[in-house]
Amino acid sequence: MDLNAYLILSAVTFVIGVTGVLTRRNAIIVFMSIELMLNSVNLTLVAFSAYLGDATGQMLVFFVMTLAAAEAAVGLAIIIALFRNKQTVNLDEVNILKW
Amino acid sequence: MTIETFVFYILAFLAVGSAFMVILHRNPVTSALYLVFHFFVLGGLYLTLHAQFIAVIQILVYAGAIMVLFLFVIMLLNLRDERSLREAITWKKTLAAALSAGLLVELIYIVGFSAGEPKLISPAKAIEVGTTEYIGKQLFTRFLFPFEVTSVLLLAAIVGAVLLAKRKLD
Repeated sequence: MDLNAYLILSAVTFVIGVTGVLTRRNAIIVFMSIELMLNSVNLTLVAFSAYLGDATGQMLVFFVMTLAAAEAAVGLAIIIALFRNKQTVNLDEVNILKW
Repeated sequence: MTIETFVFYILAFLAVGSAFMVILHRNPVTSALYLVFHFFVLGGLYLTLHAQFIAVIQILVYAGAIMVLFLFVIMLLNLRDERSLREAITWKKTLAAALSAGLLVELIYIVGFSAGEPKLISPAKAIEVGTTEYIGKQLFTRFLFPFEVTSVLLLAAIVGAVLLAKRKLD
């Protein structure tokens, strides 16, 4: 396989994640779309790491994964706090900061 | 068509299909399960790139830990009115989908115009780079400081999550 196939696959999954963030209104689905985007970037990093014979890309994936774990914990805690206050996870109804 | 190409296309098809199901399905639990499947497929793709260590921690950390947290929160929230949560197709969503399609065209254009089509330098080198031994050596020598900083990040995340999810701030 050549590198471009991996890059195009990663571009496609990244765009699917972007579409999910832009179109869905359920906070949890938006959050899962963000995970999709993080993972597509991870695929790019691993592909470059393998094709260049350099471990730096895989190190970066390791740190992205710890970041994703931290982000998931904090983000889901925010969603729980949101649900406790507004009884909904619909992002269109969360408009207190809207001017 | 070699066996590697065949495996890549099967995994790529499954990855794109499950990613679509994540954003298209109405039920968040089903979406989360498709996302777990997507992470397993990505683990397989990492194996085709000879990144064994990353493939294993992808399945352990993402499919194992993070998605269990997601499912746990979905169950905890008890979204009984989820099916009535209207997700009608409006002009805003159509515009968003069109913008995403534009982004896809741009990204593929960039990939297509990148210099040449690099081949795998040497499979032996790629296999050496992906092993736990090599990653571990790099992690505890060259990347020791970022590795230690990561522990501070995780501590901050623990404190933040506990503070946010607590019933009330005293």
